[in-house]
Amino acid sequence: MKGNFRLTYFIPVIIILTILAIFWSYLSKIKDGKSIQDLPSALINKPTPVFKLPGISVGDKGFDSRELTGKVTLVNIWASWCPPCHVEHPRHMQLASEGIPIYGINYKDKPEAAKNFLNNLGNPYRAIGADRTGKVAIDWGVYGYPETFVVDAKGQIRYRHVGPIMEDDLTNKIRPLIKALKTK
Amino acid sequence: MTAEIGHFSLILALVLSIFQGTIPLAGAALNRNQWVAVARPAARGQFLFVTIAFLSLIYAFLTSDFSVANVAQNSHTLKPILYKFAGVWGNHEGSMVLWVFILALFGLAVAEFGNGLPPTLHARVLAIQGLIGFAFLAFILFTSNPFLRLDPPPMEGNGLNPVLQDPGLAFHPPFLYLGYVGFSIAFSFAVAALIEGRVDPAWARWVRPWTLAAWCALTVGIALGSWWAYYELGWGGWWFWDPVENASFIPWLVGTALLHSSIVVEKRDALKSWTILLAILTFSMSLLGTFLVRSGILTSVHTFASDPERGVFILGLLVFVVGGSLTLYAIRAPMLKGGGLFAPISREGALVLNNLLLTTGAAVVLLGTLYPLILDAVGGGKISVGPPFFNATFVPLMVPVMLAPVVGAMLHWKRGDIGSVLGRLKIALSIALIGIVATGYFAENIKDLLAAGGIGIGVWLIFGSTVEISERISLFRGTFSNSLRRFARLPRSQLGMAIAHGALGIMVLGITASSAWRVENIQLMAPGDIASVSGYSLKFDGTKKIIGPNYQGERGTFIITKDGKKIGTLNPEKRRYPSANSETTEAGILTTISGDLYAVLGDERKNSAQGGSSWTARIYFNPLVAWIWIGAILMAAGGIISLTDRRHRIGPPKTARSPNKNNNKISSI
Repeated sequence: MKGNFRLTYFIPVIIILTILAIFWSYLSKIKDGKSIQDLPSALINKPTPVFKLPGISVGDKGFDSRELTGKVTLVNIWASWCPPCHVEHPRHMQLASEGIPIYGINYKDKPEAAKNFLNNLGNPYRAIGADRTGKVAIDWGVYGYPETFVVDAKGQIRYRHVGPIMEDDLTNKIRPLIKALKTK
Repeated sequence: MTAEIGHFSLILALVLSIFQGTIPLAGAALNRNQWVAVARPAARGQFLFVTIAFLSLIYAFLTSDFSVANVAQNSHTLKPILYKFAGVWGNHEGSMVLWVFILALFGLAVAEFGNGLPPTLHARVLAIQGLIGFAFLAFILFTSNPFLRLDPPPMEGNGLNPVLQDPGLAFHPPFLYLGYVGFSIAFSFAVAALIEGRVDPAWARWVRPWTLAAWCALTVGIALGSWWAYYELGWGGWWFWDPVENASFIPWLVGTALLHSSIVVEKRDALKSWTILLAILTFSMSLLGTFLVRSGILTSVHTFASDPERGVFILGLLVFVVGGSLTLYAIRAPMLKGGGLFAPISREGALVLNNLLLTTGAAVVLLGTLYPLILDAVGGGKISVGPPFFNATFVPLMVPVMLAPVVGAMLHWKRGDIGSVLGRLKIALSIALIGIVATGYFAENIKDLLAAGGIGIGVWLIFGSTVEISERISLFRGTFSNSLRRFARLPRSQLGMAIAHGALGIMVLGITASSAWRVENIQLMAPGDIASVSGYSLKFDGTKKIIGPNYQGERGTFIITKDGKKIGTLNPEKRRYPSANSETTEAGILTTISGDLYAVLGDERKNSAQGGSSWTARIYFNPLVAWIWIGAILMAAGGIISLTDRRHRIGPPKTARSPNKNNNKISSI
């Protein structure tokens, strides 16, 4: 049996264990008190990236990062092809109807598809920038879609939410944070 | 009381699984027949206890017993009975109970139908099943107990996420799990064979029906999921390369490769160690899928309730099951002696090509799904991979996969002659070329030209499979009654294969046409307005308020006419679920064989002048889109037909008995 021992046959188990080790490092990070929803962002308490994006189609108003000062805002990075973005959308509509300014960065989307999304589900955004190449999303350190950032009146990023915003995220994290930032 | 009975049954099942997982293994190693004999009654007991637990949970949901925390969090008294029932597996804990229930069901099936197996192999297979059962039962009891009580119980439950309240999705998880868990049988057979150190054609023949059944169930499960996404998410797409979709697609791809490579083991006694590896990987990918969905490590539409604590447990389980089995493989597989040799151009060669491409495809999908995590882990920054990645990498890989089956199925074993096969396929080849030229002629851009290629591939698969069957029954070359007689004697596996390959062609046509030639029309419509799409006129007839069992909303009516004749109505809805505080859109869909008319209601706008209101209506025409699911269902049907093949009904020939003459003659798949 010893003569049959061959290293190549170990390749599958090595690959799989490597993948599992990566998962483990991730999970242990999460266990250290961080939820996957607030992945550490190097940008927390730093100013937002500076950018100027065009609108979704020609003639639409674009999104300039200078608009993010003077008030507490949310910046949502979304795409029409991303199912969780559909899931969280009613919450954005709700926030917008309460007067909380939400800005959108439309990530790598087809203009028609993005327009359909908004026409069908409603448009909660004050302004939308079309990030066709995905460069601005990289500046924001985006990991998955959707992501939402809470930006304070000084234009500093205060909170990062990965994944769809669900009802309890609003009540437990986002609303209290917005309230606290507003009273400052 | 029932919750406690269920909880206690799960504990009994866990204890029993320890015996099932160890004693038969030891008995087989030490040649103790009495220990080996433990396997079967243990598998029966396992099934009994898990069934009791599963029924208790169903009972708690059907009677809206909100003193059970799981029911309170996921059900609601006003929920229709179907969704109370589906609510059992519409949440993490319940879905895990469904998982072990199906595992126990398969365990029982192997225990009862495994009479032809050598006793030690039979016992070892059941023992491995027992170990898998142990891991999952421990997972449920220690991290996800569905029977926890609430004191005091709430008056009303939270309700199921409205997006998930849908008949398509109610049956999506059971089918997926039948597939995932079904592959555990192939896995157990592979591990048992590695322990025994023997893989032969008889082994392949025993595993085959289980693999085939699991594959059919997974095919149906994925099709249901994509159909749900198509009509529920409301923007006409049907596949999004979402991590959770990928998690079910990867095992399907590897499982399809396994299905094909096990044929080579069965018929030619070759590719043994590769087939064993695929059997292990298929189930490992199913487990990995479960991990990705349940740990919340990837964000996705499906991960409504994920928990990193559980992720650690499943990860440990993965290391144990996948790491253990692959290590065993690494040590034992080199001992497996290869059998028949074959030339590159042969049926074996074609199946190897199929395997290489399918597994590469699976690897690409896996890479795309995990890439953001891996890159971040090595400090390469944070990025995301969307559909553009998969369309650019996966789709081209699948082109040769689609071209090969027809030729491969007609090649001879050992050494084939591709020229003569193509000669016999000249009719199918010409029809496919006509298809390409006819659609390519009207092409306006590159996309249309690519679509023409897709049409050619679909037509090639359909007609190639038809030609293959007509050749085998000598259609047009003898009397018709002779052909009919030959058809009746055609091995079912042969027929099933041709149907599945043809069905793949139908699916390719559906995918190509619906993605290349979809027409959309978005406009603001007041009652009485008419929209026209692809030759259909849709008259908007206004909206009505509706009140459902647990929602309220608006239902629009569109009257469809074509050439002045009324052919149907569309009733898209917007629903609001107060208990979950969310909204869903229900698309109105009219399915015809040439395509779907698909309407969605958007925003309402009050017209201040007349006091009425108009709606943003999105109307699509999705050509041939239903063919995607027709193809998927036919593919599964092909698998089921193959499952009824004579050689599965009579079982593998026993050495003591002289094999049936006819059975011996079946040389095809």
